[in-house]
Formats: sequence, structure tokens, C-alpha cells
Amino acid sequence: MTTGSSWWRRIGFGLLGVALLAGVWELYTFLGPAEGVVVGGVTVLPRTTDLAMPHIWVMFERLFEPVTSAAGSPPMWSAVLQASAFTLGVAGVGWLVAVVVGMLLALLMQRFRSAEQAVLPWIILSQTVPLIAIAPLVRRWGSALEIGEFSWENWMSVALIASYLAFFPISIGALRGLESPDTNHVELLHSYAAGWWRTLLRLRLPASVPYLLPALRLAAASAVIGTVVAEVSIGLRGGLGRMVVEFAAAAGGDPGKPWAPIFGAVLVGLLAAGLVSLIGLTLRRFRRAEVPA
Amino acid sequence: MTRKDSLPVTDAHAVNVTGVSRIFSIKKKAAVTALESVDLTVAPGEFVSLIGPSGCGKSTLLRLIADLDQPSAGTIEVFGKTARKARIDQDYGIAFQQAGLLPWRTVRANIELPLELHKVGTAERRSRSTELLELVGLVDFGDNYPDQLSGGMQQRVAIARALAESPNLLLMDEPFGALDEMTRERMQNELIRICADTRAAVVFVTHSIPEAVFLSDRVVVMSPRPGRIRSVLPIRLGGPDDRSEHIREDTAFFDGVSAVRESLHGTPDSGNARGVDIR
Ligand SMILES: Nc1ncnc2c1ncn2[C@@H]1O[C@H](COP(=O)(O)OP(=O)(O)OP(=O)(O)O)[C@@H](O)[C@H]1O
Ligand SMILES: [Mg+2]
Repeated sequence: MTTGSSWWRRIGFGLLGVALLAGVWELYTFLGPAEGVVVGGVTVLPRTTDLAMPHIWVMFERLFEPVTSAAGSPPMWSAVLQASAFTLGVAGVGWLVAVVVGMLLALLMQRFRSAEQAVLPWIILSQTVPLIAIAPLVRRWGSALEIGEFSWENWMSVALIASYLAFFPISIGALRGLESPDTNHVELLHSYAAGWWRTLLRLRLPASVPYLLPALRLAAASAVIGTVVAEVSIGLRGGLGRMVVEFAAAAGGDPGKPWAPIFGAVLVGLLAAGLVSLIGLTLRRFRRAEVPA
Repeated sequence: MTRKDSLPVTDAHAVNVTGVSRIFSIKKKAAVTALESVDLTVAPGEFVSLIGPSGCGKSTLLRLIADLDQPSAGTIEVFGKTARKARIDQDYGIAFQQAGLLPWRTVRANIELPLELHKVGTAERRSRSTELLELVGLVDFGDNYPDQLSGGMQQRVAIARALAESPNLLLMDEPFGALDEMTRERMQNELIRICADTRAAVVFVTHSIPEAVFLSDRVVVMSPRPGRIRSVLPIRLGGPDDRSEHIREDTAFFDGVSAVRESLHGTPDSGNARGVDIR
């Protein structure tokens, strides 16, 4: 069980890690050679010019300047927050779809041994297909889809691709969790003449929580990455992915600018992980380890 | 104990095992004969212990009675029904060597699990679990989680859970095996009291000769490879009221212990001439 003080410790260590990273960054820009370290024509360490590696304070200052020099341009931080919220929303939809699909697959595989043998290899194989390859396909299929009032939007393609990446840890984690109760407990439920459904509710689902929570966290991270990458490859406006690409082009004259959406991505990742941790808090009692007699 | 009245008043045995064999086939080759033509009857309210060396099929026999496994040959009846029907009707309660409590449920919720599964109402469930918590002396621990309990306490919860539906038959597989000697003796005393209160028949697997003698009306001695019943020894230590702590120093108790020991190890010096003599 996580107590209050250990929470603060974890946050403290997290901040320490960030500070350390910033320190290393600044130290290298200060000490490293301006042209980087080149061995046999290959750059092993990056150049340390202000353009290649801007100072951390430059990145932060940039957040409080307008996005472009055009009149009426909003400050960078508000544009980034807006894009972050958009990406988080799409990733959230993708994550939910992934949870539903992943759980259903796990239940199917747990219920029918033959399903496990038939489906599991495909689930694993599905993750070897690169996202970039399926993004245009999903978009094309989606645009062909139109049922009455409903028409497929690009953001749905992005969410679908995010879920494609995120369902994998859930189905694997849930399957492991559902199969985690030992024979002792399974036989006990059998002796109570409880069928599959009631064994699922009273035993398998609660027992799967310790396996499910890390899977949900992993899936949240996958959903965020999937969303950002899919935004780029589908060309969806409004999110961080597009912003990263657009701002990267500006790096030449404005070295702090590309970092703004990266901070946004970190923020989205932290928020997603935090939300999943909240789920974990509500399920605390299912995480009690069994102590043998 | 409302259900006690529905006890089958027929002359049906609590357990009736006839000609039961169980052969485990391990892959294609070697088959293990865990039990061979076993016959055993247990009367309602009777306490029967199964004792024998490791691997002689005690657990297998118990699991067959509980319908957690099916015999290769022979029949098993529980209160005159098939073992399967008896399981579905919840005619028995079962406790294993491991307490097997669900770690995410409180002690009370663990005891109520079988009742919950069989759609007993909340109020009735609660009063029954309170009753059982009193019975096993854990009234103050109802809201604790299993990991906050000692091994002996966990085992008592498991026994309370086995008793939850007032079964007429208790099946126990070395329930005190993991406990220290002192807790073990206390639990034995409690079990005798519980059995007297509930008038349930018990099939009790154990490794301990004194435990078998202290608890039982009859001790069934088994021999391994293939698992068979070697002898059935009646023990007369008197009713639950007489069978208190001091009985452990009684000569009748020692006679029982040595009779079981002799039967277990075969009759040592006198061959078959003397046989097992126990009144
Ligand atoms: N599921 C199984 N598959 C194969 N063989 C089994 C199985 N269960 C039990 N056996 C075999 O049956 C025999 C009897 O096993 P059982 O568990 O009933 O012994 P036991 O008397 O309970 O022993 P112990 O006192 O050690 O618990 C053993 O030889 C064991 O190897
Ligand atoms: Mg055993």
C-alpha cells in the first residue's frame, strides 16, 4: 500500500530525475565542442550551438511568447495546452476502445482454450505491423464509411490507430490476470457449483486487477504515442502531432519553438498516467497480496 | 442451523464409497493407480479420519467425494445422491490445507462467499456470518483482511466458510497441517465442539496419529501403491463432553494411538498372529 509519505518521496525522486537531466543538458552545451564530436564522419555527440541545443530557459521563455509574429497570435502556452487537450481527448477515446476490445479478447481466450491458440499469435503479430503502414489504410476505409447521419471523421481514424497500439498490453495483461487464480480457488468455486460467469465475477476479475493496472498504464502511454504518430501520418490538425511537424520546420530561426509541443506531449503522458493511477487507487483492496498460512 | 431439520432422515449414509478406483494416466505411458477398490461408509454425524503415508490417495479420495474429480471405477454416493448432485445441492462444506481465502475480501465477506453465490439475502447472510465468527472466535476480526491474520486465524476463517451453509458433511484435507502444535491442539478442541454443535459428519485427512485418534469415531488407515484401505479402527474416547484436554493423557487415547501406529507400520514383531486389536 502506498502511504502518504512514500507518495511525496516518489514525486521528489521524479523531480530530482528531471533536474538531473536538465543539468546534464546544460553541462554538455557548456563543455561540449561547438561542432559536436565526429568520429570518422559520423557525429557521435551533437553540436552544441544555441540552434542545435537551445538552453532550457530559452525553451521556457518561448512558451510565453506568441506562436507567430502575426498580429493577434495567441501565446505559445495556450496553443500548446489546446493541442494537448485535443490529443489527450483522442487518445482517451482510443484507450477506451482498447480497454473494451482487449478485455473482450482476453475473456474469449480465457473461456475457450482453442480461442487462445487461434487468436494469441495474431494479437502478437498485429503489433509487428508498423503504424505508419496502417494509418493511410484506416483513413481510406474510414472515408468510405457513411451510415445515415454518421460519417467517419479523421479523428476517429486516429483514435482507432491509437487503440490498435493500446489493446495489446491490455489483452495480454488481462489474460494473464484472468488465469492467475490457483487451482485451490478455482476448485473452491467449483465446489460451490458456481459456473463460468460467477467464477469470473467473484474470482477471476478481482484476481486480475494486479495484472490489469500496469497493463492499463502501458496502454495509456501507447495510446498517447499512437495518437501523436497517427496525427502526423493521417494529417489531422489540432493536435500535438501536427504541431510537432509544423514547428520543427521553424527550428532554424527559432530554436525554442519545436520544444513547446514536446513539453505538451510530456504533459499529456503525465496526465494519462495520473488518471490511470486514480483508477488504481479505487481498486486498492484488490491489490492485497495473499499471505499463505 | 435452520437447514438441520432438512437432514435426510432416511437411513442413507452420509458417504457411501463402493469399489472405487482412480487411475491417473500420465501421458501415454505410466499410469498411477491412486486408489484401488476402496469401500467406505460414513454414517451421518460420524467423524472419520483418513490416515496413511504420503501418496496413498487420501486427498484423491476426498476430492472424489467432493466431486472435484471422477472415479475410474466404482460409485460414490453422498446422502444417497450422486457426488455431483450433492455438490450442486451444497450438501458438503470443504476446507483444504491452504486456507484459500480471497485476499480482497474481508474475513466476513470470505465467510459469506458461498451464501452470496447461492443468493442468500443480505440480512440473513450477515446474521449467519456473525454466528460463525462467534463460533470460531473471531468476532473482532470480521472487518480485517486475510493478510492481517495469523495462519491459525485464517484456517479458522476457512472452517467457518466451510460451515456457512450448515452442511451435513464436512470434508477437510489436512486443515491444521500448516499450524504449530499449540494452535493445532486448540483447533482440534474447537473442531470437536463445532461438530457437536452442528452434528455434521466429517471426513478428515491427516498425517498425525494423535490428531486422528483424538478427533475420530473411526480411523481409516490407508496403504500406498496402490492406494487401499488397510484397516478401519473404531476409537471410543467418549462423547464431545468427555473428550476434553485431559483425554490426551488417558490410557484409551494411548491405546488408540498405538493401534493406529501398528496398523500403519504393519504389525511389527508378531506378524499377522496378533493382528490389530482395538475394542
Ligand atoms: N492430478 C494428478 N495427476 C496424476 N497423478 C496424481 C494426481 N493427483 C494425485 N496423483 C497421484 O495419486 C497418488 C495419490 O495422491 P494423493 O494426493 O491422493 O496422495 P495423499 O495421500 O493425499 O498424499 P499426501 O499425504 O502427501 O497429501 C500419488 O501417487 C500422486 O502422484
Ligand atoms: Mg494430500
